[in-house]
Amino acid sequence: MPALPLDEAGKYVAGAYVVFVALILIYVAILGAKIARIAREIDEMASEK
Amino acid sequence: MTYARGLKPLSIATVVATVVGFALVFFYAPVDADQGFVQKIFYVHVPMAIVALCGFVAGGIMAIKHLRSRDPSWDMRSYVAIHMSIILGLGVLITGAIWAKASWGHWWVWDEPVLVSFLVVFLLYCVYYPLRFSIEDPERQARASSVFAIAAGAFVPINFAAVRLAESFTHPRVLSQTGGDLPGEMRLTFLVCLAAMSLLFVTLWKLELTSKHAAMSLKRLRTRLAAAPS
Repeated sequence: MPALPLDEAGKYVAGAYVVFVALILIYVAILGAKIARIAREIDEMASEK
Repeated sequence: MTYARGLKPLSIATVVATVVGFALVFFYAPVDADQGFVQKIFYVHVPMAIVALCGFVAGGIMAIKHLRSRDPSWDMRSYVAIHMSIILGLGVLITGAIWAKASWGHWWVWDEPVLVSFLVVFLLYCVYYPLRFSIEDPERQARASSVFAIAAGAFVPINFAAVRLAESFTHPRVLSQTGGDLPGEMRLTFLVCLAAMSLLFVTLWKLELTSKHAAMSLKRLRTRLAAAPS
Protein backbone atom coordinates (compact mmCIF):
# COMPACT_ATOMS: atom_id res chain seq x y z
CA MET A 1 0.00 0.00 0.00
CA PRO A 2 1.46 3.46 -0.86
CA ALA A 3 2.23 5.91 2.00
CA LEU A 4 -0.79 7.98 3.04
CA PRO A 5 -0.71 11.76 2.50
CA LEU A 6 0.11 13.82 5.60
CA ASP A 7 -3.47 15.00 6.27
CA GLU A 8 -4.75 11.44 6.10
CA ALA A 9 -1.85 9.90 8.10
CA GLY A 10 -2.07 12.67 10.71
CA LYS A 11 -5.47 11.44 11.86
CA TYR A 12 -4.16 7.94 12.49
CA VAL A 13 -1.01 9.16 14.25
CA ALA A 14 -3.05 11.54 16.44
CA GLY A 15 -5.48 8.70 17.19
CA ALA A 16 -2.69 6.38 18.34
CA TYR A 17 -1.08 9.00 20.60
CA VAL A 18 -4.46 10.07 22.02
CA VAL A 19 -5.18 6.40 22.88
CA PHE A 20 -1.87 6.15 24.73
CA VAL A 21 -2.32 9.42 26.65
CA ALA A 22 -5.99 8.64 27.45
CA LEU A 23 -5.09 5.17 28.73
CA ILE A 24 -2.47 6.60 31.10
CA LEU A 25 -4.71 9.48 32.23
CA ILE A 26 -7.66 7.16 32.96
CA TYR A 27 -5.37 4.85 34.91
CA VAL A 28 -3.86 7.72 36.93
CA ALA A 29 -7.36 9.16 37.59
CA ILE A 30 -8.60 5.79 38.94
CA LEU A 31 -5.48 5.49 41.09
CA GLY A 32 -5.92 9.09 42.29
CA ALA A 33 -9.52 8.35 43.29
CA LYS A 34 -8.36 5.27 45.25
CA ILE A 35 -5.69 7.27 47.09
CA ALA A 36 -8.20 10.06 47.84
CA ARG A 37 -10.60 7.47 49.31
CA ILE A 38 -7.83 6.07 51.54
CA ALA A 39 -6.94 9.60 52.72
CA ARG A 40 -10.63 10.30 53.47
CA GLU A 41 -10.96 7.07 55.48
CA ILE A 42 -7.83 7.94 57.48
CA ASP A 43 -9.31 11.37 58.24
CA GLU A 44 -12.59 9.74 59.33
CA MET A 45 -10.73 7.35 61.64
CA ALA A 46 -8.72 10.20 63.12
CA SER A 47 -11.89 12.23 63.81
CA GLU A 48 -13.62 9.19 65.40
CA LYS A 49 -10.83 8.70 67.92
CA MET B 1 7.53 -1.24 53.44
CA THR B 2 8.78 1.75 51.44
CA TYR B 3 7.23 1.50 47.99
CA ALA B 4 6.89 5.28 47.86
CA ARG B 5 10.64 5.82 48.23
CA GLY B 6 12.06 7.63 45.19
CA LEU B 7 8.62 8.06 43.63
CA LYS B 8 8.90 11.83 43.24
CA PRO B 9 12.22 11.90 41.29
CA LEU B 10 11.04 8.89 39.29
CA SER B 11 7.83 10.70 38.35
CA ILE B 12 9.78 13.80 37.31
CA ALA B 13 12.18 11.67 35.23
CA THR B 14 9.20 9.95 33.58
CA VAL B 15 7.53 13.24 32.62
CA VAL B 16 10.82 14.67 31.30
CA ALA B 17 11.65 11.50 29.31
CA THR B 18 8.13 11.35 27.85
CA VAL B 19 8.15 15.02 26.80
CA VAL B 20 11.65 14.66 25.29
CA GLY B 21 10.58 11.43 23.55
CA PHE B 22 7.47 13.03 22.02
CA ALA B 23 9.52 16.09 20.96
CA LEU B 24 12.06 13.82 19.24
CA VAL B 25 9.27 11.88 17.51
CA PHE B 26 7.67 14.96 15.96
CA PHE B 27 10.59 17.39 15.56
CA TYR B 28 13.76 15.31 15.17
CA ALA B 29 13.09 11.83 13.75
CA PRO B 30 12.84 11.89 9.95
CA VAL B 31 9.67 10.87 8.15
CA ASP B 32 9.97 7.27 6.97
CA ALA B 33 10.60 7.01 3.23
CA ASP B 34 8.42 3.92 2.85
CA GLN B 35 5.47 4.44 5.22
CA GLY B 36 5.52 8.21 5.49
CA PHE B 37 4.17 10.10 8.53
CA VAL B 38 2.12 7.16 9.78
CA GLN B 39 5.35 5.41 10.84
CA LYS B 40 5.41 7.81 13.87
CA ILE B 41 3.02 5.35 15.55
CA PHE B 42 6.01 3.01 15.79
CA TYR B 43 7.54 5.14 18.59
CA VAL B 44 4.59 4.59 20.92
CA HIS B 45 3.44 1.15 19.77
CA VAL B 46 6.74 -0.78 19.85
CA PRO B 47 8.10 0.54 23.21
CA MET B 48 4.69 -0.19 24.75
CA ALA B 49 4.80 -3.76 23.39
CA ILE B 50 8.38 -4.37 24.60
CA VAL B 51 7.68 -2.96 28.08
CA ALA B 52 4.41 -4.93 28.37
CA LEU B 53 6.13 -8.21 27.47
CA CYS B 54 9.05 -7.47 29.84
CA GLY B 55 6.48 -6.66 32.55
CA PHE B 56 4.86 -10.07 32.08
CA VAL B 57 8.27 -11.76 32.42
CA ALA B 58 9.11 -9.58 35.45
CA GLY B 59 5.79 -10.65 37.00
CA GLY B 60 6.89 -14.27 36.58
CA ILE B 61 10.28 -13.61 38.19
CA MET B 62 8.59 -11.88 41.16
CA ALA B 63 6.25 -14.86 41.44
CA ILE B 64 9.28 -17.18 41.69
CA LYS B 65 10.57 -14.95 44.51
CA HIS B 66 7.18 -15.27 46.21
CA LEU B 67 7.12 -19.05 46.02
CA ARG B 68 10.70 -19.26 47.28
CA SER B 69 10.30 -16.81 50.16
CA ARG B 70 6.53 -17.10 50.91
CA ASP B 71 6.66 -13.32 51.32
CA PRO B 72 3.22 -11.97 50.24
CA SER B 73 4.75 -8.65 49.16
CA TRP B 74 6.37 -10.44 46.18
CA ASP B 75 2.96 -11.75 45.14
CA MET B 76 1.61 -8.20 45.29
CA ARG B 77 4.55 -6.95 43.19
CA SER B 78 3.94 -9.70 40.65
CA TYR B 79 0.21 -8.94 40.51
CA VAL B 80 0.77 -5.21 39.97
CA ALA B 81 3.42 -5.85 37.26
CA ILE B 82 0.99 -8.11 35.38
CA HIS B 83 -1.85 -5.63 35.89
CA MET B 84 0.28 -2.80 34.45
CA SER B 85 1.37 -4.98 31.52
CA ILE B 86 -2.24 -5.81 30.66
CA ILE B 87 -3.07 -2.10 30.54
CA LEU B 88 -0.09 -1.47 28.25
CA GLY B 89 -1.05 -4.57 26.25
CA LEU B 90 -4.47 -3.07 25.61
CA GLY B 91 -2.71 0.06 24.35
CA VAL B 92 -0.50 -2.08 22.08
CA LEU B 93 -3.53 -3.79 20.52
CA ILE B 94 -5.39 -0.51 19.91
CA THR B 95 -2.39 1.44 18.55
CA GLY B 96 -1.40 -1.62 16.49
CA ALA B 97 -4.87 -1.79 14.96
CA ILE B 98 -4.71 1.94 14.10
CA TRP B 99 -1.28 1.47 12.50
CA ALA B 100 -2.47 -1.62 10.61
CA LYS B 101 -5.48 0.26 9.22
CA ALA B 102 -3.27 3.15 8.07
CA SER B 103 -0.55 0.91 6.59
CA TRP B 104 -2.32 -2.19 5.34
CA GLY B 105 -5.92 -0.99 5.01
CA HIS B 106 -7.20 -3.48 7.62
CA TRP B 107 -7.71 -3.11 11.36
CA TRP B 108 -6.49 -6.64 11.96
CA VAL B 109 -4.62 -9.27 9.93
CA TRP B 110 -5.18 -12.82 11.17
CA ASP B 111 -2.36 -14.47 9.21
CA GLU B 112 0.33 -12.26 10.76
CA PRO B 113 2.12 -14.22 13.55
CA VAL B 114 3.34 -11.16 15.50
CA LEU B 115 -0.16 -9.73 15.90
CA VAL B 116 -1.88 -13.00 16.67
CA SER B 117 0.82 -14.12 19.11
CA PHE B 118 0.53 -10.84 21.04
CA LEU B 119 -3.24 -11.27 21.18
CA VAL B 120 -2.74 -14.83 22.48
CA VAL B 121 -0.39 -13.56 25.22
CA PHE B 122 -2.84 -10.76 26.11
CA LEU B 123 -5.81 -13.13 26.33
CA LEU B 124 -3.74 -15.60 28.34
CA TYR B 125 -3.05 -12.92 30.93
CA CYS B 126 -6.70 -11.83 30.96
CA VAL B 127 -7.34 -15.24 32.57
CA TYR B 128 -5.12 -14.17 35.49
CA TYR B 129 -7.86 -11.97 37.03
CA PRO B 130 -10.67 -14.55 37.26
CA LEU B 131 -8.13 -17.12 38.46
CA ARG B 132 -6.80 -14.83 41.18
CA PHE B 133 -10.11 -13.48 42.42
CA SER B 134 -11.96 -16.80 42.35
CA ILE B 135 -9.84 -17.98 45.30
CA GLU B 136 -10.81 -16.47 48.64
CA ASP B 137 -8.06 -17.79 50.90
CA PRO B 138 -5.25 -15.18 50.55
CA GLU B 139 -2.44 -17.72 50.85
CA ARG B 140 -3.92 -20.08 48.25
CA GLN B 141 -4.76 -17.12 46.04
CA ALA B 142 -1.16 -15.89 46.13
CA ARG B 143 0.24 -19.39 45.49
CA ALA B 144 -2.06 -20.15 42.53
CA SER B 145 -1.46 -16.70 41.04
CA SER B 146 2.30 -17.17 41.34
CA VAL B 147 2.19 -20.55 39.61
CA PHE B 148 0.17 -19.00 36.78
CA ALA B 149 2.50 -15.99 36.55
CA ILE B 150 5.57 -18.26 36.28
CA ALA B 151 4.03 -20.54 33.63
CA ALA B 152 2.69 -17.63 31.58
CA GLY B 153 5.91 -15.64 32.09
CA ALA B 154 7.91 -18.55 30.67
CA PHE B 155 5.53 -18.73 27.70
CA VAL B 156 6.22 -15.10 26.70
CA PRO B 157 9.88 -15.49 25.56
CA ILE B 158 9.13 -18.92 24.03
CA ASN B 159 6.27 -17.38 22.08
CA PHE B 160 8.48 -14.45 21.05
CA ALA B 161 11.22 -16.80 19.80
CA ALA B 162 8.72 -18.98 17.92
CA VAL B 163 7.28 -15.94 16.16
CA ARG B 164 10.77 -14.72 15.17
CA LEU B 165 11.45 -18.10 13.59
CA ALA B 166 8.25 -17.84 11.55
CA GLU B 167 8.67 -16.28 8.14
CA SER B 168 6.64 -13.15 7.54
CA PHE B 169 6.97 -10.24 5.19
CA THR B 170 4.11 -8.10 6.50
CA HIS B 171 5.07 -7.01 10.01
CA PRO B 172 8.37 -5.09 10.36
CA ARG B 173 11.14 -6.51 12.56
CA VAL B 174 12.56 -4.04 15.06
CA LEU B 175 14.95 -6.03 17.22
CA SER B 176 16.79 -7.96 14.54
CA GLN B 177 20.46 -8.98 14.70
CA THR B 178 21.32 -6.08 12.43
CA GLY B 179 19.65 -3.61 14.76
CA GLY B 180 16.46 -3.33 12.75
CA ASP B 181 18.13 -1.17 10.08
CA LEU B 182 16.97 2.00 11.83
CA PRO B 183 18.84 5.17 10.84
CA GLY B 184 20.67 7.01 13.67
CA GLU B 185 17.97 9.65 14.36
CA MET B 186 15.20 7.08 14.36
CA ARG B 187 17.18 4.73 16.61
CA LEU B 188 17.92 7.49 19.13
CA THR B 189 14.25 8.53 19.18
CA PHE B 190 13.16 4.93 19.60
CA LEU B 191 15.59 4.37 22.50
CA VAL B 192 14.43 7.55 24.28
CA CYS B 193 10.78 6.47 23.83
CA LEU B 194 11.66 3.00 25.13
CA ALA B 195 13.38 4.53 28.19
CA ALA B 196 10.37 6.81 28.78
CA MET B 197 7.95 3.89 28.55
CA SER B 198 10.10 1.84 30.97
CA LEU B 199 10.18 4.74 33.44
CA LEU B 200 6.42 5.15 33.10
CA PHE B 201 5.92 1.47 33.86
CA VAL B 202 8.13 1.56 36.96
CA THR B 203 6.54 4.80 38.22
CA LEU B 204 2.97 3.53 37.86
CA TRP B 205 3.99 0.16 39.31
CA LYS B 206 5.41 1.84 42.41
CA LEU B 207 2.41 4.18 42.68
CA GLU B 208 -0.06 1.30 42.50
CA LEU B 209 1.97 -0.68 45.08
CA THR B 210 1.99 2.35 47.40
CA SER B 211 -1.78 2.70 47.07
CA LYS B 212 -2.40 -1.03 47.66
CA HIS B 213 -0.05 -1.08 50.65
CA ALA B 214 -1.80 1.96 52.17
CA ALA B 215 -5.22 0.33 51.65
CA MET B 216 -4.07 -2.90 53.31
CA SER B 217 -2.49 -1.05 56.25
CA LEU B 218 -5.73 0.89 56.73
CA LYS B 219 -7.77 -2.32 56.69
CA ARG B 220 -5.45 -3.90 59.28
CA LEU B 221 -5.68 -0.80 61.45
CA ARG B 222 -9.48 -0.82 61.28
CA THR B 223 -9.57 -4.48 62.29
CA ARG B 224 -7.20 -3.84 65.19
CA LEU B 225 -9.20 -0.83 66.38
CA ALA B 226 -12.45 -2.77 66.17
CA ALA B 227 -10.96 -5.61 68.23
CA ALA B 228 -9.41 -3.32 70.85
CA PRO B 229 -11.37 -2.90 74.12
CA SER B 230 -13.02 0.52 74.26
